[in-house]
Amino acid sequence: MRISTAKSERSATPFETWGGKLRATLFPTLLQSVVSLVLMALIAHVAYAFIDWAFIRAVFTGSDGSACRVEGAGACWPFITHKMNLFLYGRYPEAELWRVHLTYGLALAGVVPLFVPGVPRKPAILAYVLLVFPLLAFILLSGGVLGLPLVRTDLWGGLLLTLVIATVGIAASFPLGILLALARRSELPFVRWTSTAYIELVRGVPLVTVLFMASVMLPLFLPPDVTIDKLLRALVGVALFSAAYLAEVVRGGLQAIPRGQYEAADALGLGYWRKMAFVILPQAIRLVIPGIVNSFIALFKDTSLVLIIGLFDLIGIVEQSVQADAKWSSPQTAATGYFFAAAVFWIFCFAMSRASAALETKLQVGARS
Amino acid sequence: MTGEGGKRWLARKTWIDAAYDPKMRALAFQALLALVLVFLFVEVVRNTAANLEKQNIASGFDFLARTAGFDISQTLVPYTSKSTYARAFFVGLSNTLLVAVLGIALATVLGFALGIARGSPNWLASRLALAYVEVVRNVPLLLQLLVWYVAVLRALPMPQGALALPGGAFLDTRGLHLPRLVVENGGGLVAAVIGLSLIGAAWLWRRRRARADEPADPVDVVGRGLVVLLPVLAVLLALKATLATPQLGRFNYEDGLSIEPEFLALLIGLSTYTAAFIAEIVRAGLDGVPKGQREAAAALGLSRRQALRFVILPQALRIIIPPLTNQYLNLTKNSSLAVAIGYPDLVSVFSGTVLNQTGQAVEVILITMAVYLAISLATALLMNWFNVRTAWAER
Repeated sequence: MRISTAKSERSATPFETWGGKLRATLFPTLLQSVVSLVLMALIAHVAYAFIDWAFIRAVFTGSDGSACRVEGAGACWPFITHKMNLFLYGRYPEAELWRVHLTYGLALAGVVPLFVPGVPRKPAILAYVLLVFPLLAFILLSGGVLGLPLVRTDLWGGLLLTLVIATVGIAASFPLGILLALARRSELPFVRWTSTAYIELVRGVPLVTVLFMASVMLPLFLPPDVTIDKLLRALVGVALFSAAYLAEVVRGGLQAIPRGQYEAADALGLGYWRKMAFVILPQAIRLVIPGIVNSFIALFKDTSLVLIIGLFDLIGIVEQSVQADAKWSSPQTAATGYFFAAAVFWIFCFAMSRASAALETKLQVGARS
Repeated sequence: MTGEGGKRWLARKTWIDAAYDPKMRALAFQALLALVLVFLFVEVVRNTAANLEKQNIASGFDFLARTAGFDISQTLVPYTSKSTYARAFFVGLSNTLLVAVLGIALATVLGFALGIARGSPNWLASRLALAYVEVVRNVPLLLQLLVWYVAVLRALPMPQGALALPGGAFLDTRGLHLPRLVVENGGGLVAAVIGLSLIGAAWLWRRRRARADEPADPVDVVGRGLVVLLPVLAVLLALKATLATPQLGRFNYEDGLSIEPEFLALLIGLSTYTAAFIAEIVRAGLDGVPKGQREAAAALGLSRRQALRFVILPQALRIIIPPLTNQYLNLTKNSSLAVAIGYPDLVSVFSGTVLNQTGQAVEVILITMAVYLAISLATALLMNWFNVRTAWAER
């Protein structure tokens, strides 16, 4: 058996100089040096290929795909700039776009203060976000009242639809998820079994089948004279699906609350609902906020599946433009469109995962003090 | 009169008592829940029956025996357009299982490699693995499948300009063409040898476990694999098995084993996506092994690689396996995204084509969901069994 001396050599290497640091991290042994060089070559190759495609050989101007059809052309950027409104809002009427922007503004006005430390009256802001904002957003986006022209939901699309489905999905699944989590830990056997069966059933099947069910079976389940909007069907499917996952996250929080808290609440003579609402849930949910953000990220990515039941979210509408628009068809249209969609999703998901990680550290610090 | 009033008062008191009795309340609450559920169920069944009648859709499972009448591009079980819907179901199921099993294998290898690279002392390797994880995890799988299918595989050259790969394989826009093993006669003999070798390997496994009171080392699996491989090779040589390499015919590559681009895209997409999650699980597992174990291994004079293989990984596996099971299940469920790129998996064939042709949404979707539930349950059981076997006895 060979005795490794790499470790002692490494710790002996002086870290004061950049050269020393470089040697210690990249070239400590012959094998490691080879690995480092191969990886460097790989990075250089990929970086060059990307810059070449996205900038050097890319097409930046044009009013149709003819410039992009030239042999050896790179990314077809005018495809993105010309279709930007379609990608962001679907076929939402251009004259009414201010309503979408106002909705985004109202959402930010509610959510940002929640995450900034030191802002007073957070419960009131939370109530606005959970109760007032959804109503305002619905009135603004859909219209039909207060002199706002009606915009049918089949005109909603692109990033707007992605955001609507993800937000409504998480907001609707939140209360249901909490109820399911409480039920799964209930002392009443029938309640517990029902909840467990629901959660395990939903978690055992793919979202695609749940969406198929919502799209095809839900209309069958309702009385024959009731018609249900396609978007609403997708929302029901997404919310029912996401509730099962959220329930498991919340259950984790409930299990982490020390027994003493339950007993203390009992000793104060609080009934079940008061005990849960005022003592247990506030602590439990605080514990699992990172988990909730992670479910939201998963849900945000999963919204793209509504493509399969014929709704056009960001990915759906990019895919449709790539496949069906002959004016812009070129060898690079698909790659450019997918790159744009991937970049948008990546920015949203990465930002949320960073926020979740930061919250986790902050909450842990808070819990320890 | 006083007696009667007293009785009434007493009766009222017991009624109030009952209302405040936790047992009675629990019973009443559960009965209420049961009633609501039964009511919902009855209502749904009644509405569905009425709707189906209005739309003239048959119900029941008779449709499974009818002729399907459509073709499927990739079939593991014999199938033609004259086969029944039930057979189409099995084609879809086998395709789902195929992509899930291969995807799990690939994702595990790639995920472990990335997870170990994340903890590498080489700064570049760990950063690169991190970059991979952060990019792949934060982009929807559906988009990644479209990228692989539309932007990569369909953008490959036509068969005339196919890319030649080492080992006589070719890659073109119609898929991957691999050499195929041809055994003139004696396929049964090969199967028998494979079976016997597997039994031999299992016996060796058991004997080793019985002798050494320690967990099985995953690396030894390779050694046992040789027990299977060598006899098979010997028999193949004896039978003069030949490799049929793909040849370019008039329009397409022929003779070889052709793998459809839909399958390739789904397999690559699923395994690279899941690998990013597995990498994080592996990293967490490795971090979860106490630092003293590494130091102890170093003190014993084990190299980093030896320490990883004999000391760290076996302990990390205990942390890794439960979340890993979840990822395997996710991969299996995510394989249903096949419907977006036209790979004939269970959802695409059964909940797609069969549902559209028969209109029997309730039956078709219930069957599909039941299959996924069964797969989830079976995988969970299998991984639990594996977990128990690799877990160390608590002291």
